[in-house]
Amino acid sequence: MTHHHQFDALIVGAGGAGLMAALHASKAANVAVISKLYPTRSHTGTAQGGIAAALGNMEEDHWEWHMFDTVKGGDYLVDQDAAEILARDAIDAIIELEHMGLPFDRTPDGRIEQRRFGGHTAEHGQRPVMRACKSADRTGHMILQTLYQNCIKQQVKFFDEFFVVDLIMTGGVCAGAVAVDINSGEVHVFHAKATLLASGGFGRMFKVTSNAHSLTGDPVAAVWRRNLPLEDMEFFQFHPTGIYKMGILLSEAARGEGGVFINDKGERFMERYAPTMKDLASRDVCSRSIYLEVKAGRGIGGKDYVYLDIRPETINRYQSGPGGKTVTAAELEKKLPDIIEMMRVYMGVEPMKEGVPIQPTAHYAMGGVPTDVDGRVLADAQGAVVPGLFAAGECACVSVHGANRLGTNSLVDLVVFGRRGGRAVAEFVKAAPLAPLPPQPEADVVAELERIRRQTGPEKAARIRAEMQAVMMENVGVFRTGPMIETALRTVRELKDRFGRIQIDDKGQRFNTDLLETFELGCLLDLAEATALSALNRTESRGAHSREDFARRDDANWLKHTFVRYTGTPGVAPTPAQTDITYKPVVITRFQPQERKY
Amino acid sequence: MKFKVKIKRYNPETDAKPHWETYPVEADPTDRVLDVLHDVKWFQDGTLTLRRSCAHGICGSDAMRINGQNALACKVLVKDVVKEGGTLTVEPLLGLPLVKDLIVDMEPFFAHYRSVMPFLVNDTPLPEDGRERLQSPEARDRFDQGTKCILCAACTTSCPSFWANGDYVGPAAVVQAHRFIFDDRDQAAAERLEILGQQFGVWRCRTAFNCTNACPREIPVTQLIGEVKQALATGRLD
Repeated sequence: MTHHHQFDALIVGAGGAGLMAALHASKAANVAVISKLYPTRSHTGTAQGGIAAALGNMEEDHWEWHMFDTVKGGDYLVDQDAAEILARDAIDAIIELEHMGLPFDRTPDGRIEQRRFGGHTAEHGQRPVMRACKSADRTGHMILQTLYQNCIKQQVKFFDEFFVVDLIMTGGVCAGAVAVDINSGEVHVFHAKATLLASGGFGRMFKVTSNAHSLTGDPVAAVWRRNLPLEDMEFFQFHPTGIYKMGILLSEAARGEGGVFINDKGERFMERYAPTMKDLASRDVCSRSIYLEVKAGRGIGGKDYVYLDIRPETINRYQSGPGGKTVTAAELEKKLPDIIEMMRVYMGVEPMKEGVPIQPTAHYAMGGVPTDVDGRVLADAQGAVVPGLFAAGECACVSVHGANRLGTNSLVDLVVFGRRGGRAVAEFVKAAPLAPLPPQPEADVVAELERIRRQTGPEKAARIRAEMQAVMMENVGVFRTGPMIETALRTVRELKDRFGRIQIDDKGQRFNTDLLETFELGCLLDLAEATALSALNRTESRGAHSREDFARRDDANWLKHTFVRYTGTPGVAPTPAQTDITYKPVVITRFQPQERKY
Repeated sequence: MKFKVKIKRYNPETDAKPHWETYPVEADPTDRVLDVLHDVKWFQDGTLTLRRSCAHGICGSDAMRINGQNALACKVLVKDVVKEGGTLTVEPLLGLPLVKDLIVDMEPFFAHYRSVMPFLVNDTPLPEDGRERLQSPEARDRFDQGTKCILCAACTTSCPSFWANGDYVGPAAVVQAHRFIFDDRDQAAAERLEILGQQFGVWRCRTAFNCTNACPREIPVTQLIGEVKQALATGRLD
């Protein structure tokens, strides 16, 4: 049976952006948060090193410097009106989190303590600056916990372990969402004036990733399947320090506290690639440098990894600690407890005595559902808005991260644009009418889930997933070429065809994760196709998108955002190959594009 | 290495009660138990059902009993729990209603969590300069341990007092209360202590230390419970 609910607003996802939006929207509206995980399981909780804001608690800093670093970090594809909001609002948003109870680390005079992070500089790139506010190396955990605590305090309504399968689009307006109660397997129609997507990333399209198993971008795929555009999908960040083979993230804070990269010859190779910022250059630069070292045969033992070295003796030899100060093992253990434990548990290495094997890991989608600076989803590259649909956080593209996100700016994005989105939703539902539901809005969902449940064939979802992850990692990774991307695109489309011949084992209703994991795979296949299409189309190198066949940035032709769209019949299944691409100009206010050096 | 994994299975749609199923598996010694369960689910029996998300010990989804000990499946390596040719046993957490296979109903656990006011209470005016409330590094350290909690329920579902009576708030809820009681920015310590001083509060703890052993975040849970007991007994927060 189908259940019906009506709210002023829905929030899909209960990570940092969703909870921040919920706290603000529910002050003025009747709001429901729908999440496929218990809120405290959300991936915001795994963010480690910090959240940037130019508080200036440690040394001189200004929001305008933070804005510049964000724009330069994004290789000038950042919309500068949005970056200005990010950098300005960050200060106030961090103070709001502290007032909510977030246990930030403190300076001796009781203020929020800050540390260095990649790409964050003083005076427009002159030197590293201490800007990242933190709670040891579990900053995201503390943000997620604090926001959830405040949702309990404010009695926000949650639908935990409900899986959103589709958006209800009627006459160009979003009228809610269709979800499955994972526990019962029953379908629920949520009718609402406003729906805000905050579902996070979709890094599970890649083989080596820091992303949770749950990060499959289902609501983003729903946007795609309903013929709405996705922006800048070619820009996917590979974080330089994933644990070798596993991809588990080791925070950039390790280098903020003085850690350095070392190759097989024992060289601190970042001195060659980024003479000023060295190991604290932006993530795209560091990941490419590691790849080039490996390609030149200087990976450890000739293999495809290098060392992250946080031994105090190394840091003190290079004077790479904060402010050039001497560091001790005890200080590092206190500042980086979780990642040091991960090195010990998962790698079996003793980081105070030896290097830690790392390789770049698929980490963050700069692209996603296009929005304006108040979270309103865009229907096209001209900026028309989809009434009733909002997005915030990693699933959205504002765009504050442009072609490459700076470390810590994801958490800033969540709280700044989650808050703005929540306020915009509250404002919107005051005046907007409740769009009437189309007849049987759940029909497509019921049919597609039944089809997956009943279909027979020789294929296994796990094999198709593994093939997709391998081909995307190999061909649409740190470096790409046209022929490589074409290989990936062809393979992904073949896999979509094979998706129709998957046979699942679990035919039941309750907690059918066999069924839902298969549905998630279909979503990833669509988003992998959108990523490859956008990457193939952009014939330049910018930020995280490095084309070996088009090695230079080309501002004359490519200083613009990609809008890729599925143009075929809308639905809830993986889409056929019918797409178009249009472009939106980049907003430039304070900083003209320059050559990017670190 | 080759070994067997013996999993307690229960399908609420077809089974009257749980039963054991055994699967042959091959894994690297440094694989996680979660990798083994995924191998079974993805390549042997898709009906196996479990919760998991981050797979590196932070999200708290995959707490379960592994060889009779509560742990996160993503934080236990194969080499530490089974030998070549041996058998690894995996079953759901005890003390919470069974839903399906390795999944239990977490709602009673979260209800206890919500009952201790797990949020900062401070109604004094905010600093006039628009900035953060000040807190010394020492005051921040005082409640640091409890802030590590990921609400995985490994502690509460290892507690004999909780097994005996599910109305006991359990160690996780006490840890969460401790985190606020000893935060010098908070003003609701008295209300929380009153909640924890009641019949199903902190005095149900019999200091079995199971919770401390079970915690995947290495929180000294029993010690934090002891500090709450002491605050109740003395009326002081030092």
